[in-house]
Amino acid sequence: MSKNPEFVKFDKVDKSYDGKVLVVKDLQLDIAEGEFITMLGPSGSGKTTCLMMLAGFETPTNGEILLDGNIISNIPPHKRGIGMVFQNYALFPHMTVYENLAFPLRVRKVEKDEIDKKIDKALSMVSLNGFESRMPAQLSGGQQQRVAVARALVFDPAVVLMDEPLGALDKNLRESMQYEIKHIHESIGVTVVYVTHDQSEALTMSNRIAVFNDGKVQQLSDPAELYEKPVNSFVAEFIGENNTFNGEVSDIDKDTCKVKLGNAEILANPISVKSKGEKTTVSLRPERALINPTNKMDNMFTGKIEEVIYHGDHTRIRLDLLGSSEFILKVPNSTSNLELKVKEDINIGWNSIDARALDTK
Amino acid sequence: MSSETKQILTTDGIPLEVSLKKAERKNKIRAFLLVAPLLLFLIITYIFPIGEMFSRSIDDKMITNMLPKTFKEMETWDGKELPSEEVFSAFYADFKVLVEKQEQGKLGQRLNKEKNGFNSITKKLLRQIKRNKINENQSIKEQIMKVHKRWRDVEYWQAIKRTAPPYTMAKYLKGMDMYYAADGSIAQVDEDRRIHRILWLRTLEIALFVTIFCFLMGYPIAHLLATLPMKYSNLLMICVLLPFWTSLLVRTASWMILLQQQGVVNDFFVLIGLVTDDNRPEMMYNKVGTYVAMTQILLPFMVLPLYSVMKTISPSLMRAGKSLGGTPFVAFWKVYFPLTIPGIGAGCLLVFILAIGYYITPALVGGASGTLISNQIAYHMKTTLDWSFASAMGLMLLTGVLAVYWIYNKLVGVDNIKLG
Repeated sequence: MSKNPEFVKFDKVDKSYDGKVLVVKDLQLDIAEGEFITMLGPSGSGKTTCLMMLAGFETPTNGEILLDGNIISNIPPHKRGIGMVFQNYALFPHMTVYENLAFPLRVRKVEKDEIDKKIDKALSMVSLNGFESRMPAQLSGGQQQRVAVARALVFDPAVVLMDEPLGALDKNLRESMQYEIKHIHESIGVTVVYVTHDQSEALTMSNRIAVFNDGKVQQLSDPAELYEKPVNSFVAEFIGENNTFNGEVSDIDKDTCKVKLGNAEILANPISVKSKGEKTTVSLRPERALINPTNKMDNMFTGKIEEVIYHGDHTRIRLDLLGSSEFILKVPNSTSNLELKVKEDINIGWNSIDARALDTK
Repeated sequence: MSSETKQILTTDGIPLEVSLKKAERKNKIRAFLLVAPLLLFLIITYIFPIGEMFSRSIDDKMITNMLPKTFKEMETWDGKELPSEEVFSAFYADFKVLVEKQEQGKLGQRLNKEKNGFNSITKKLLRQIKRNKINENQSIKEQIMKVHKRWRDVEYWQAIKRTAPPYTMAKYLKGMDMYYAADGSIAQVDEDRRIHRILWLRTLEIALFVTIFCFLMGYPIAHLLATLPMKYSNLLMICVLLPFWTSLLVRTASWMILLQQQGVVNDFFVLIGLVTDDNRPEMMYNKVGTYVAMTQILLPFMVLPLYSVMKTISPSLMRAGKSLGGTPFVAFWKVYFPLTIPGIGAGCLLVFILAIGYYITPALVGGASGTLISNQIAYHMKTTLDWSFASAMGLMLLTGVLAVYWIYNKLVGVDNIKLG
């Protein structure tokens, strides 16, 4: 069966709540069948609004949303056949786990035997067999979360929406649930649209990530590309850690450009700068800068250690470098531990290809 | 819990429980002192009056104190034939004491309530005593029996004996249109004189319908209140609470202005041609007026508990219901409605209990067919001055309310009530 690359399609969708401010601006987004796509962004960036429009709880102010080629803007939520996992789980507190799961099947008039079979399958998927007669209040947060996932999947929807479903869980549970949801997605191949503001969650789980800011998709790409090759300084800032230098392009050719920072000059990879004299923000991942590099690198500077923070698996070092005292380095915890002392000078080097000259913040 | 567990000691060797009690004692005393004024207030204004009401409703000591010797002699009387000489002389002795205190009239009235005809024969006996016609050296029995033929009738002596216990349930029976027959059994009042039973049923009916009307009107309002944005819901809340801030009397009076035959509502009906001018419907001094006014007045008591429950129901539950494929109605009926049951229970219980004892409104707009049991209680308090009967009916009402509460507890569970 060939996968439909435009299984869900947002076509020039605008959304405004008050007729004055656009919460979502000209959204153009195609989601392939069976894909796990994450909408990532800070709060107020319009990602949840997009999800609500897809679920049918909000209507687009302009544009159309298509599901498998059909316009669904005028179809009420209960006829869309889209499963949804809510932020606070939204389990029905007066029903047992079984009744919660049976709800979508009963309204579809599924036979009793069939209901039992499907519930059994759904519960074993989230490893909650034997919890059928519990009330939601008798379950832990993680278990409630699993019931909510099982309930959204039990009626075999074409698309499942998840609205920050792991937000209320503690860190360890959240991580194990991330893998669990990812594995469920892989095993049943349902299309998942996932909303979160947690970048590590997005990177762990998704096939593709749409980074939202200010009502617009800033970048839509797979996790690796998103992290390695951010297209603008918002994405660079929002995903992972990031050292920045603000400066002006003093020279530019095809692969490299020179950026003037006060009285120093660095070599960078021109991504969104085109000509001399442009203001730019250069972004560099902390782990791409090396201490005392053995190989020749095209950016070599000396900085002073301001702070050493021990993090267990790695050590973070804050440097005073090129006029900025916020330069962060990550040193992995290895056997050849360096003696790093505050106020000492060290040599730092990085390749110009890793220093991405982006738009200014 | 098991008895095998060793007693746990603190580091200083004092048993833990003792130490805990000591440590908590100060807090407990302070907490008790804080609630003590309220407790005292409740005892004085609530528990004591109810106890007083109860004792008054069953109190029959007056006659017991009037005829102490008679009742003592009557203890051995089988009550089948005329009592013995001793009973007659004891009665004569008691009666003379009453004559000296000039209380024989009260005795006559009290006995007359028990059996008609006592009033005149006690007066006759009084006259004989005043004229010194009774010779205490001869048989008292013979002489009293000569005073009036009714003194020779065993039924009258049986009636006296029935008044012997210091307590009686007669008032309660009267409240249910029943009475003690001559042989001491309980009998029904004639059918055309059963006014109380009609009133009880009408009170129940009106309270029930007012509760239903309040529910039907209050549920959507409460839902709107819970879901509207803050600025609108505050305004609506003020509208709901406005009746609370207005005097009950003023509200009832304004309903009188609206509902009377020449009133605003009737004028409007005539204006839009619903009724003709010479055929204006009566909406006051009957059940309609009572229903309308009481529903409006009690509506906040339904809306507020419902609102407080609905406020806690997350809107995402309805959304979940819909996204899982339920139509809006199914989502409401299967998800939202069951979650509001605690509020419905609290609201209905509040409105029903308030309605069942409602007084001012039915008194003003109810007329003859719209009066409730509370109006009857007030009537006996103020007009007939039969306080013990009023107390008895008040207690019956209280028992009814407690019964409703008990049934409610069995059906829904009091723990499920949410008042806010």
